[in-house]
Amino acid sequence: MNKRELGGQIALNIVFIILSALIIVPFLLLVAVSITAESDITKYGYQLIPHNLDFSAYMYIFKTPKMILDAYKITFAFSVVKMVLAVLLMSMIAYPLTKREFKGKSAISFYLYFTMLFGGGLVPTYILITQYLHLKNSFWVYVLPGMISPWYVFMIRTFFQGLPYEISEAALIDGADEYQIFARIIIPLSKPVLATVALFMFLGMWNDWNTSMLYITEEHLYSLQYMLQRIMENINMLKEMQKQGVMLTGAIDVPSETMRMAMAVVVAGPALIVFPFFQKYFVKGLTVGSVKG
Amino acid sequence: MKTEMTMETAAQQNIEFTPKKKKINKNTWQLYSLAAIPIILVFIFCYLPMFGVVIAFKNYKYNLGIWGSEWVGFDNFKFFTHSTDFIRLVRNTVGMNALFIVFGIASSVLVAIFLYDLKSRNATKVYQTILITPHFMSWVIVAYIAYAFLNPQYGLINSIVTSFGGSAKDWYGDPKYWPVILTICNIWKHVGMDCVVYYAALMGMDHSLVEAARIDGANKKDIIIHIIVPTLVPLITILTILKIGNIFRGDFGLFYQVPRNIGKLYATTDVIDTYVFRAMRVIGDMSMSSAVGFLQSVVGMILVIITNKVTKMIDPERGLF
Repeated sequence: MNKRELGGQIALNIVFIILSALIIVPFLLLVAVSITAESDITKYGYQLIPHNLDFSAYMYIFKTPKMILDAYKITFAFSVVKMVLAVLLMSMIAYPLTKREFKGKSAISFYLYFTMLFGGGLVPTYILITQYLHLKNSFWVYVLPGMISPWYVFMIRTFFQGLPYEISEAALIDGADEYQIFARIIIPLSKPVLATVALFMFLGMWNDWNTSMLYITEEHLYSLQYMLQRIMENINMLKEMQKQGVMLTGAIDVPSETMRMAMAVVVAGPALIVFPFFQKYFVKGLTVGSVKG
Repeated sequence: MKTEMTMETAAQQNIEFTPKKKKINKNTWQLYSLAAIPIILVFIFCYLPMFGVVIAFKNYKYNLGIWGSEWVGFDNFKFFTHSTDFIRLVRNTVGMNALFIVFGIASSVLVAIFLYDLKSRNATKVYQTILITPHFMSWVIVAYIAYAFLNPQYGLINSIVTSFGGSAKDWYGDPKYWPVILTICNIWKHVGMDCVVYYAALMGMDHSLVEAARIDGANKKDIIIHIIVPTLVPLITILTILKIGNIFRGDFGLFYQVPRNIGKLYATTDVIDTYVFRAMRVIGDMSMSSAVGFLQSVVGMILVIITNKVTKMIDPERGLF
């Protein structure tokens, strides 16, 4: 490497260090505010380097952790259930679509594809779910709608089509039926694509707040992200009341500014640590190539 | 003897034939049974709501139900298209999406080229991981981060501005800042993931081209202009067209969470998707909300079909269908 190239590489690394800082600093700001003393915030505002460290926001949160634990539990539960069911069901429709003897293949492909083009919209869906299916305040409202994503079905199908046909044919001659071929051959051979789809589903559900906002009114069923959204709104309400001179008992002592950011850290932290480990699969899902209906 | 043989063979064939035919039937039936539950689920959650679009042509009342409510024809559509909201929503949705497309693609192409130029594989991996991280965060978290920067009283930006003698700005009180803020938030969240496609294209490029150009005395600038950019142009064209197909669909999370649903900011932050939500949940006008949603769906569908046709004309491998 000559001197000029070396200089170029150093410059390039500096650019990336700045870009990385633009990503990391915002997260650090959340953490910094959450461990700043509340009195410092009223004096100096939010700062990247706290004057005085103070962990009382976290103490408050973990003194009554029921709300967070509930949200974590329910979010984890519906994310896992939906992930497993969705991958299974989407494979179940993708597999017949690869079979020659499956009549009406293109009709069913179009049936799925059309839902990507046109939808009834928010209001009809809302009325269906609340008044006909009665899924309001139910665990299943997180799981059932949006279970079959045509995009992922076609992605899985494309992968199934790439599997060597000889294997399932040999199994057929050996007397296996389609259920067995599907469960014992196709699924185990398709782990890469299924893992990618599973992760995308899980991520989508983990970050879900719309469902709670639309269909959940009982606090113990709030998803993690929606709980966080409510806290942003609620502390605002609290402040408004203080401004108008209506003092809430005990509300003044609560370090509201730092607590809010501490909640964001408690919600974002685990995801920030865990998801990057699966980055490889997310990237693979994007470069999987053309997906055709 | 001969007849016996034939009969035996025929019998054998018959024995073999019957169960085989039965088996094919059974297997085909099994394929249909696998597909059944997914097909029913799609019918319930995707097709049943499609019938609900009749609400857009009615004056929907809860107590009367969908079928009992009074027909009003195109009144809901007329009312909406003649209101001032209409122009604002179309302008914001299309305008903001256009900003996202232009700046989003420009920044992800730039980052991809930078990544490609990096020699150290380890450094590339580290930077890529960091850049992708925001993709894993929900819009709620992004809204918290934006708030930490923009809070008029305590926010980091105002602290910095005032410490340099500037005057604090009321970021959540003036809509004029928001096209820029939302564009930054959108790029911040998506650039790491969006640049992956371009980076993959560059990695798949024929490297001997670059080497040959270098030997012929081409400098970095020449290589970027004459080799790297032409490699990416087809991809950029197609992704842009596909994004134009969705230009009437606003990212609800971004437009609802980041501006924190503050009414003062609607002038620049209210898009079709947030309006449809508000019309339903806050105002409670189901028919109006439904009409706007239906209009968006139809226009969106037409655009997707057109852009898909165009994409296929350019690159037959890339179309969605």
